[in-house]
Amino acid sequence: MKFWIPALAITLGLVGLAFSDINEYLFFAGFVVLQFVVLASAWNILGGYAGYVNFGVPAFVAVGSYTALVLFKALGAPLLVQILGGALVSGVLGLCVGLLTLRLRGIFFSIATVAVIFILETVVLNWRYVGGATGVQIARPEVSFGFETYTRMLFAVMAVLSLVAVSISRYLQYSHIGQGLRALRDSEEAAECSGVPTLRLKVIACVVSGALLGAGGAPMPMYLSFIEPASSFNLSYAVSALAMPIIGGIGHWAGPVIGALLLGSLQQYVTVEISSELNVLVVGVLLVVFVVIAPDGILGWVKAWKRFSK
Amino acid sequence: MVFSLDLLFEAVLFGVLLGSFYAAVSLGLSVAFGLLDIPYVAHPAMLVLGAYCTHLLSGMGVDPILSGLLLAPAFFVLGVLIYRFYYETFEKRGSDTGVRGLAFFFGFAFIIEVGLILAFGVDQRGVEAAYIGSSLELGDYRIPYRLLAAFGVAIALTVALTLYFSRTFTGRAIKAVGQDEGALRLMGANPVRIKQLAFGIATAVNALAGAVLIVIGPVEPAMDRLYIGRTFCVVVLAGLGSMSGTLAAGLILGVAESIVLMFLGASWAPAVSFGLLLLVLGVRPQGLFGR
Repeated sequence: MKFWIPALAITLGLVGLAFSDINEYLFFAGFVVLQFVVLASAWNILGGYAGYVNFGVPAFVAVGSYTALVLFKALGAPLLVQILGGALVSGVLGLCVGLLTLRLRGIFFSIATVAVIFILETVVLNWRYVGGATGVQIARPEVSFGFETYTRMLFAVMAVLSLVAVSISRYLQYSHIGQGLRALRDSEEAAECSGVPTLRLKVIACVVSGALLGAGGAPMPMYLSFIEPASSFNLSYAVSALAMPIIGGIGHWAGPVIGALLLGSLQQYVTVEISSELNVLVVGVLLVVFVVIAPDGILGWVKAWKRFSK
Repeated sequence: MVFSLDLLFEAVLFGVLLGSFYAAVSLGLSVAFGLLDIPYVAHPAMLVLGAYCTHLLSGMGVDPILSGLLLAPAFFVLGVLIYRFYYETFEKRGSDTGVRGLAFFFGFAFIIEVGLILAFGVDQRGVEAAYIGSSLELGDYRIPYRLLAAFGVAIALTVALTLYFSRTFTGRAIKAVGQDEGALRLMGANPVRIKQLAFGIATAVNALAGAVLIVIGPVEPAMDRLYIGRTFCVVVLAGLGSMSGTLAAGLILGVAESIVLMFLGASWAPAVSFGLLLLVLGVRPQGLFGR
């Protein structure tokens, strides 16, 4: 209840905000920040709890986006179906990548996920139906649920999606899956010897994480009313989704939320005020600085402060 | 494209030349990741950095390959500094090097990439030399001299590193530190200093490899992304830490990529290295020539 009442209140508040008449740009930027709450929470399930670093975030996000695009183009599917479809296909991708590489040491998994980005990008570049290298323009359908504009609706949808992602990540953290993942992060051998089904837990985490990343990417075609491979498979998704949990504090569901809200807002500010190149640089620099001086992120500081004040 | 033996021969020929180039750019990673077990994902970014430094030097009229050689000492020092930093912040603390070490190098690579974009812009940069642009004519085949230059450097580097690791005392110590650090300590050698030296060498090799990269073709800041796949593919395929294996694996990748390029088209070529990498990881993770 301590989690659910504030969480539901914040989500309802954000959805309610979408019905108010404040500046449209706020929703345009807010969508991205909320999307990063989803992506960072999803990354944290495998990267934070289990210690397996997924560099392939752009691949999962783009699979979500392109699944949504295909569903929309072929069937005229509504947004919610697109999101579910994106999550499903990305989850299957997570299953395949996980089964193939999660038996190996962590870094091999990380490199394999980079490989997935480039293989899928090459496939999309050669696939005419989804526009190849040039991409496709999309005419958005009518706004539903009584929202004023499509961006406002997407903002509200992303707020709900954030709630879903954070709840799943929180649930996993306290469930036996989270306990098992933490055990295998500290010592895979010891966990295996104590009867933790390590491979199964890692694959479950990889599937859930992948599905959430796909869901986070699915609204992208509608958000931009345009989609093309270079930006969909952009590596800056990987850096952001990695930097946010590390800055917030990995291994706890709240870490990625804090990191995404802080870094996401900062990114929006820097993009508008200075330049988008610098915005990417800021993320990279903050990532390196935090890894070096605050390995446990902002949550680590909070913990240290609590211990100190006792 | 119709299949013919002539074309296949040409594809293999160019594949061998291209493959030796892939081996040259992977040798540094083979030392840093293969032998020292450091998750050095910033390697391709350092490669591109080397290429840009070569671009600057050759702008002053220095031959690109010579620039690579001149840059090597500076890169050696840089490598030593990077390793010292990595050691002090991660290895020494032993604090969960898995996630944080990877994140550190990934962020580091990103900083180099964006730094290059801010300094040079996103346009392609190249170098000029007498052997770039002209070709050796052998019967029906025209072999660009720049590929031959890359081939020469690759062979020279592989031979030099193989001899160094098998014949000299420090070279053997580097191999030993990769196998059993504790044992090396018992023999009275300091593993940290050995690793520091090895990482310096790996980075110095990268300066020369970066020069070869810009000799082969123009470079752009985001190029390191493609080479994450190629270099790790070669190193994993080779079996971690084997120098001659690295050359062989580079040749395999080069030939495979060249055949795909010739018969399927250029747009599929980037996927070859990554596909091969996934295949090796799934089927034979210890590599073809692994110990």
